[in-house]
Amino acid sequence: MTVGVDDRTGPALEVRNLTKRFGGAAAVQGLTLDCAKGEVFGFVGPDGAGKTTIMRLLAAVMTPDEGSIVIEGINVVATPELARSHISYMPQRFGLYEDLTVDENIEFFADLFGIERSVRDERAARLLEASGMTPFRKRRAGQLSGGMKQKLGLTCSLIHTPKVLLLDEPTAGVDPLSRRDFWRILYGLRGEGVAIVIATSYLDEAERCTRLGLLRQGRMTYCDAPEALKRLMPGEIIAIGTQQAREARGLVACLEGVKGAILMGDSVHVVVDDASLRSGELKAALDRAGVAIGDMERIAPSIEDLFVSLLTTESDG
Amino acid sequence: MTSPAPVSEIRIVADRLTKRFGDFVAVNAVSFEARAGEIIGFLGPNGAGKSTTIRILTGLLRPSGGQAIVAGFDVARSPERVRENIGYMSQKFSLYTDLTVMENLRFFGGVYGVNGARLEERLKFAIGMAGLTDRTDALVADLSGGWKQRLALGCAVLHEPAILFLDEPTSGVDPASRRRFWDLIYSLAGEGVCVVITTHYMDEAEYCNRIALINAGRLVALGSPSELKRRAIRGEILLVQGDNPGAMLEALEGAPAVRDVAPFGSSLHIVVDDAARDRPVIETLLKERELGWSRIEPIKPTLEDVFVQLIGADSARATAR
Repeated sequence: MTVGVDDRTGPALEVRNLTKRFGGAAAVQGLTLDCAKGEVFGFVGPDGAGKTTIMRLLAAVMTPDEGSIVIEGINVVATPELARSHISYMPQRFGLYEDLTVDENIEFFADLFGIERSVRDERAARLLEASGMTPFRKRRAGQLSGGMKQKLGLTCSLIHTPKVLLLDEPTAGVDPLSRRDFWRILYGLRGEGVAIVIATSYLDEAERCTRLGLLRQGRMTYCDAPEALKRLMPGEIIAIGTQQAREARGLVACLEGVKGAILMGDSVHVVVDDASLRSGELKAALDRAGVAIGDMERIAPSIEDLFVSLLTTESDG
Repeated sequence: MTSPAPVSEIRIVADRLTKRFGDFVAVNAVSFEARAGEIIGFLGPNGAGKSTTIRILTGLLRPSGGQAIVAGFDVARSPERVRENIGYMSQKFSLYTDLTVMENLRFFGGVYGVNGARLEERLKFAIGMAGLTDRTDALVADLSGGWKQRLALGCAVLHEPAILFLDEPTSGVDPASRRRFWDLIYSLAGEGVCVVITTHYMDEAEYCNRIALINAGRLVALGSPSELKRRAIRGEILLVQGDNPGAMLEALEGAPAVRDVAPFGSSLHIVVDDAARDRPVIETLLKERELGWSRIEPIKPTLEDVFVQLIGADSARATAR
């Protein structure tokens, strides 16, 4: 991965020691981060870990207690009004006008950002097409389903090309086909040098980021590319295909070297200390108990496997 | 699970189930069966008819055609008997946030007609299952998403329903809580509860025993996650990882040999007819554009690859019709 900080032009977003307290509790503590142009940075973490607070601070809609944010050489904390034209922020609940139509909502946000007529029409058409919303342009926002409101929110946030795009849970309730199309649009923006920061609790979305920050109680405890993070996974995973998944899990859970076993539809994912050492033992134990198994193979951990394992380890310790 | 189930095991039978709103066919002749202890996932684009199907199966909406037998009762003729035998949990959790955990549970116990000694026993079960033993007096408003979700599940199973319907149950819940939630779902299924769930997330769909893929009101595919991955994909998937996925995407879209291409993190998934034959073609194409790659190899399709391909193909056919 060569998407890193470009020395000549500097990062798109520089965050230093960002801290925000509510009452006595620190919601965000000492966050330091550089985002390169064209990078997609993802914040993941449990509820209340500080994802949304970070997004609000970066969007200059909330003032930090300590630390600095610099976008395009502009000090966001000192002069938020100067920074805002470079930022696009989509909060979890985007402020759509429910009594306006889809087109009117887009028009409103395009006016807000001062987007030229020719640019806005072309871009709106492309975004609406990508999200399958073209047939609904004359429908009032209040009459759209949750997933469609989300798509319209995204369309409105993408109507201008900011330097930094902040998306809080952008595709909650959006179907996979539209999600894929949105990612296509985001990849297009990367090419234009936009830095994209996403907060998400869905790890198939996290897999698409160039770097991830794992948040826990306001602190970023891990930060790296998804592939690099996966190498931190303690243990290895063996997937066993079987129609008797529940029995299989019960049998393998107490074997030596097994750290955990998760049911996954028609298979069991078994976390072991050493896959090559334990495969034979797992198979023998299942054979002895008369549990019929199909494919058995070592698989790469998903980001979800990793985070569940890291979060569990931390809370145990 | 290919062996035929005994009739007593079948919890849901949908036979050419259809719902029209004016000229619009929201659910179009959907047929399937679901058994005790099975977890069946409904997947499909927004507006495909998943929620309408669930509303019919829960007796909230009358079908315009076809039939559905849920927990042994006809949804059109005896919707109230159906509702007595099912639990339902929506994405909004439908809890009273200004009431405590225990007040919510007692309220839903009353709604489902559970009382006396049985109520006390079921309250104990629900609280233990949700892990809320130390929080029974907490206001629901003060609970995190994961707790709320487990409480909502507890409320939905107070009356020991034979069938549990979950409509996007894990929206906005963090991964650790989600996994814990799925442990609960599996233990309910282990006791014989038939679980029907809608989701937009593929990592979640992987947990289901069978997946029903719905597009434009019709059932497009039905099978276990691994069956769908084996059978549904036409062609093979090549994964390419490189420094500039955006430029690679542009170069490969519409190129010969490339059926489809989609970004996946720092890599791309390319659908080709034959990975061994088409790989050199793609390598040549990338070289011509001076695009470097660190990895190129055939991979097993993900559930998302399956979803995108099947829905895409079905929509194309629908347009042609």
